[in-house]
Amino acid sequence: MKSTRLSLSPRAAERVIKVFVWAVALSIMAVLVSIVVFILYKGLPVINAGFLTEIPRRMGREGGIASPIVGTLLVTALAVLLATPFGMGTAFYLAEYTRDGAVTRIIRFSAESLAGIPSIVYGLFGFIFFVMYLNLGWSVLSGGLTLAVMILPTIIRTSEEAVRSVPTIYREVSFSLGGTKWQTIRGAVFPSAVRGIANGIILSIGRSVAETAAVVLTAGSALRMPDGVFAPARTMAVHFYILASEGISMDNAYGTAAVLIILIFLINIAANMLIDRLATKGR
Amino acid sequence: MGEKPKLKAEAINLYYGGTRALGDITAQIPERSITAVIGPSGCGKSSFLRLFNRMNDLIPYARTEGGAFIDELPIYAEGTDVTALRRRVGMVFQKPNVFPMSVFENVVIGTRNHGVKSRAELEMTAERCLRLAALWDEVKDSLKKPGQGLSAGQQQRLCIARALAVNPEVILMDESCSALDPESTMKIEELMLELSREYTIILVTHNMEQAVRVSDMAAFFMIDGDKVGRLVEFSPTADMFYAPKDKRTEDYITGRFG
Repeated sequence: MKSTRLSLSPRAAERVIKVFVWAVALSIMAVLVSIVVFILYKGLPVINAGFLTEIPRRMGREGGIASPIVGTLLVTALAVLLATPFGMGTAFYLAEYTRDGAVTRIIRFSAESLAGIPSIVYGLFGFIFFVMYLNLGWSVLSGGLTLAVMILPTIIRTSEEAVRSVPTIYREVSFSLGGTKWQTIRGAVFPSAVRGIANGIILSIGRSVAETAAVVLTAGSALRMPDGVFAPARTMAVHFYILASEGISMDNAYGTAAVLIILIFLINIAANMLIDRLATKGR
Repeated sequence: MGEKPKLKAEAINLYYGGTRALGDITAQIPERSITAVIGPSGCGKSSFLRLFNRMNDLIPYARTEGGAFIDELPIYAEGTDVTALRRRVGMVFQKPNVFPMSVFENVVIGTRNHGVKSRAELEMTAERCLRLAALWDEVKDSLKKPGQGLSAGQQQRLCIARALAVNPEVILMDESCSALDPESTMKIEELMLELSREYTIILVTHNMEQAVRVSDMAAFFMIDGDKVGRLVEFSPTADMFYAPKDKRTEDYITGRFG
């Protein structure tokens, strides 16, 4: 009996699926590439030595973006340096030091809930808690702390996954050689998990560098060069947002965006090189 | 084969949660010898092996009753230093499990853990153990290369070198040749015979010919009606294979089951 539904031979179906999967992948690539190309096309002509080394003048209509570059690097570095030890500590606790139970479920649930909160909420929290209550003011420190809280769930989750994916046999071997728990974690588990942990950190760096809402409320939007962690600072993402939304200078906004994209590429390349060295050095 | 027993098990019962895995095991392993542990799958061979370096402790809800001794010292006493015990009782696992680091670092990881920092001392240890494991000539020019780049047979010998580097007195081998080709297996067997002049070796194996080729003593395990692993027969290998005392041993080694 003939089927009334549209049916393809398995071979034809295979081809259709193949073409479909390819088309989807290609279109995603095309979207990404066109964004990058568009930003670079608009932004690269603006970039020159002065743009990178001068601080903004007349609200950013003139001058460069030296202080937003420094602000971005400071806030991001602080956030990652603060979040990494806490995130990795939590991940190792969850994966190595405790059996699954109520406590781990609560920690994991909290981390996952935190990951789903919009960044503006982190910004408000940072503003109320760090800026106002702890009286840190709009500062690199407030911004860094807020971003640290924001990226913590990502670091916890990726690190825990990386630690859990290390084969159990490595732990057994290390214990069988008379290793202690800590020696086993440091010598046998960490080298195998370092790549996964580092990937989570890179992801977090990307999110911190690109974050706007949480930073503008906590680090402020000062144009001058930050001279320490207690000084207010404007990050590139915030600078770009203000230049574009207030119609100050679209040219300089694109220039800032282009520098931001290049910076993210550079961070990724440098981080991957560092991971490769860490992973092959072994210790 | 030495006269003294190196390891002793006295009325050992091992439980995984509510399941009894080993029942009333009593055995004496002579020093400087190779003891082969044979028997069908799931009869408690590995559990018996892991008794002596307390690797069963790593399994949640595992519980050991009875006494196990190394040189008459209790293994399961209240104050036993488990890390010190595991230095005396090394282990080589079924599959080669080389760490993702260099050949050199793989050998000395245990030595480093025990506080040795001097580069010269570490290098001496690495060379001595790689020579003992009959691997030195093959890797002496590639000590800095990743250990996982070696062949499976070389990797298993690297694991043996790694186990030797913490100066154990006993080496537990849990089916350590089962993942290797015949040539590599032969190399490891020669190595075991060589090492048994200094070390006490217990080898779990499914390979009857291997047990006959290398071991001095043989222990045959089987589960009873209640699925509890029992030591059915423990005697010199030649006696067991040519004149088994127990009907079940005879059935197993002649291939009637298992």
